[in-house]
Amino acid sequence: MTDIGPTMKRLLLTLLMLFLPASNAFAALDPALVRQLAAEESDDKIAAIHQLGASADADAAKVLKAMADDELLVAGEAVFLFDGERAVDAASGAAIEPAPETYESITVNNRVRSELSNALAALKLYDADRGVRLAAVTELQSNAGIGMVPVLAAALAKETDAEIRALLKQAHAQANLANPDVAARLAAVESLAESTSPATRGLLLPLLETANEPDAKVRKAAAQAVEAIEARLAFGEILGQVFSGLSLGSILLLAALGLAITYGVMGVINMAHGELLMVGAYATYFMQTMFRAYLPQYVDWYLLAAIPVAFLAAALVGMLLERTVIRRLYGRPLETLLATWGLSLILIQAARMLFGAQNVEVANPVWMSGGVEVMAGMVLPWNRVVIIGFTLFVLALMWVLMQKTRLGLFVRAVTQNRPMAGCVGVPTARVDTLAFGLGAGIAGLGGVALSQIANVGPDMGQGYIVDSFLVVVLGGVGQLAGAVWAALGLGVVTKFLEGWSGAVIAKIVVLVIVIVFIQKRPQGLFALKGRFVDN
Amino acid sequence: MQTRRNFLKMTVLSSLMTLSGLASVSALAADTIKVGILHSLSGTMAISETALKETALMTIDEINKAGGVMGKKLVPVVVDPASNWPLFAEKSRQLLSKDKVDVVFGCWTSVSRKSVLPVFKELNGLLFYPVQYEGEELEKNVFYTGAAPNQQAIPAVEYLMSKDGGSAKRWVLLGTDYVYPRTTNKILRAFLKSKGVAEADIMEEYTPFGHSDYQTIIAKIKKFAGEGKKTAVVSTINGDSNVPFYKELGNAGLKATDVPVVAFSVGEEELRGVDTKPLVGHLAAWNYFQSIKNPENTKFIKMYRDWAKKQKLPNADSVVTNDPMEATYLGIHMWKQAVEKAKTTDVDKVIAAMGGQTFKAPSGFVAKMDEKNHHLHKPVFIGEVKADGQFNVVWKTKGPVRAAPWSPYIPGNDKKKDVPDSK
Repeated sequence: MTDIGPTMKRLLLTLLMLFLPASNAFAALDPALVRQLAAEESDDKIAAIHQLGASADADAAKVLKAMADDELLVAGEAVFLFDGERAVDAASGAAIEPAPETYESITVNNRVRSELSNALAALKLYDADRGVRLAAVTELQSNAGIGMVPVLAAALAKETDAEIRALLKQAHAQANLANPDVAARLAAVESLAESTSPATRGLLLPLLETANEPDAKVRKAAAQAVEAIEARLAFGEILGQVFSGLSLGSILLLAALGLAITYGVMGVINMAHGELLMVGAYATYFMQTMFRAYLPQYVDWYLLAAIPVAFLAAALVGMLLERTVIRRLYGRPLETLLATWGLSLILIQAARMLFGAQNVEVANPVWMSGGVEVMAGMVLPWNRVVIIGFTLFVLALMWVLMQKTRLGLFVRAVTQNRPMAGCVGVPTARVDTLAFGLGAGIAGLGGVALSQIANVGPDMGQGYIVDSFLVVVLGGVGQLAGAVWAALGLGVVTKFLEGWSGAVIAKIVVLVIVIVFIQKRPQGLFALKGRFVDN
Repeated sequence: MQTRRNFLKMTVLSSLMTLSGLASVSALAADTIKVGILHSLSGTMAISETALKETALMTIDEINKAGGVMGKKLVPVVVDPASNWPLFAEKSRQLLSKDKVDVVFGCWTSVSRKSVLPVFKELNGLLFYPVQYEGEELEKNVFYTGAAPNQQAIPAVEYLMSKDGGSAKRWVLLGTDYVYPRTTNKILRAFLKSKGVAEADIMEEYTPFGHSDYQTIIAKIKKFAGEGKKTAVVSTINGDSNVPFYKELGNAGLKATDVPVVAFSVGEEELRGVDTKPLVGHLAAWNYFQSIKNPENTKFIKMYRDWAKKQKLPNADSVVTNDPMEATYLGIHMWKQAVEKAKTTDVDKVIAAMGGQTFKAPSGFVAKMDEKNHHLHKPVFIGEVKADGQFNVVWKTKGPVRAAPWSPYIPGNDKKKDVPDSK
């Protein structure tokens, strides 16, 4: 027992520091310690962070916070920060006059940053506000080291809130995994078996090997704990894959829905469909620019305003195409194909001239950034959740338009029997224009969604035209329900294949599957029934 | 008939105009030097390459204002190969045989460089390639002003293995599916194995150009990282795929303190379209960062900002500089010095004069063209992303490093010569 080991030493040191500073809580920070934050070596910086963090001092918290935000500055020997316009010495809090002209912020690398966030979180464990404590203990979940044991134990003793206590226990157990005491380790492993986080599993896995864990009992407990966690995680993993499949499917569906009207219902092979998506995406970009310029306080809501604008813009472009070119080519599919392909090139070039050849930046609004953790290890990004919801909205909108409105009735009548519809007084030419405009408008809505996920540039539509046709043909031409099932099916299949074989192979395999399927069943998933099939 | 006659008239007129245009150019040819600029201004690579075209034009403008090269003005010929690899070959042939340029500055992806190589060899052209690449190549007609693997990839991985880099033990090699990422990852795999990393601790993943759905990959990385050892990701994703990749990374909450991502083709320019707050701490390895402080760099940044304002580039008030831009800038200056030394623009004589050229680069070091191997001696920097999209240099070499285009980690390379074969 002569050698107490470096971990033990550190532990004692931390303990010591925890009780020492109580006496000088109101005094200014130790200037040497603050100076050490700006040291050349990360090891020195971390030592200083530990000491300042253990002081439980509000000023120390302020200095560490500034350091984490790259706002702790050095000029020569002075370490300072800006308090508004005033330069303030970090240790004493005295103003520095005049403020230094040239300064640099202290370099914080990942290692130092993670120590900083631990120290900051530890300081907040005693905060009066429950929310702050909860955030702090959540922060400590992933990387609490052995040095944190006394801090966590002390916080655990004082904590009354059940949820925070549970989290504290987890963090405490994690920190204890490196405890030289076998009993403490065993207890830690056992309490970690209740965890649902993949990070905990990662911490326990090394304990399965004799090299890392000498005690057989702890090894066995760790094996059981890993098994328990894995069982819980497996479900979440499959759920995650299904979600990403649905998300990809919803994007495919949004891209293809417009085409399901123009090609599926009206029979126009519209090669410019991708460019209508692009029009929608640029409309979103345009609204973002407008909001930034004129309504900066509402900039987060530009997306809502972009929805009608994108719909109208794409619908107008679509109707223009229909009136000028496509209507002259009805019944001549090959000419339509060539003409719309030409139109697509014109639209791309127009976008290039208006907005430049480079991609433009469309930012996610704040409410669409980040994600929600529904289960441990399964984060659903907000932008994808919102897009799935948006797809449902567009689908509902389309269903209402096609089934419940006079226009929808006319469109269905014209596509089923054009001469007859004309005979009973349906203005077929105008219905064609409106239907094409509707398809184009829906494509514009797809563009709004795409702008939140993918890059917005003049060529963006080219990447979706093949996928869109794939969805419509696979689903069965003329069938909206078919498009829905085909898009979701393609999305989920692609995602499972990707997980198994990588993105490049998955793309090839999906194409092969679709080709084989179309060979066997040329009419697609859902076949049209009735007389008009023959024409 | 009327319209047809008009059409004829127009044709005759326009061909006359073209002819007179050609005549005026050949009349000028005596006191100008034509310089080709071959960068994608559209398509998936435009995000990276457009800025290089601007840098080249800016540098040419700077040289012309200072009196040109040997008293002759430089005339840039800009073409757009549109991220289309065969088109790169076509456009370079056009530049060399039709426009008769004396030198070409261009290419970003290795696949584009590989596709123009035969043209430059056949017509004995001169190409300056400004981007870091996988090595495994040494051509007489090319000067490489970007980094070779030992000037970027290897130091970056070594840093992540070090204590300050987080002592990574497990590696995800993630890239776009083409020659540069594949070769770099081959080199890195061999290097990691030489450092005792087991096969099971390396995961290799590729995505197509322009890929935009990174959900599965991020989920895979998360799973791979959750297996007990500190994991790091080496990204060789190129082009605009980086924007969805980093967006997804941020949204999925994968923090740099848990799983750091080091990128070799992402700089200040690529991060302009991304919210960098969730990405703080992720890394990039380059030979230059905009955040490096020295007088040359201050001058370079100011020059580019002024240029952007003058040219009314989109978002001119937020333009940034990056490593390939610096490499373009110093490539053009070195070519100028070599031409002045050779007193001619003759390709063979300029190549001979290039060896040993030096230039005080914005990186703060004197970059030197190696006497033999057509690569630069450059310093290596590793930077972490800051909240404002700039990089915080956390590691750098003491001085410039000599490039080793033939990586020692690929078997058989020890026999390769460090000098290009002459024809």
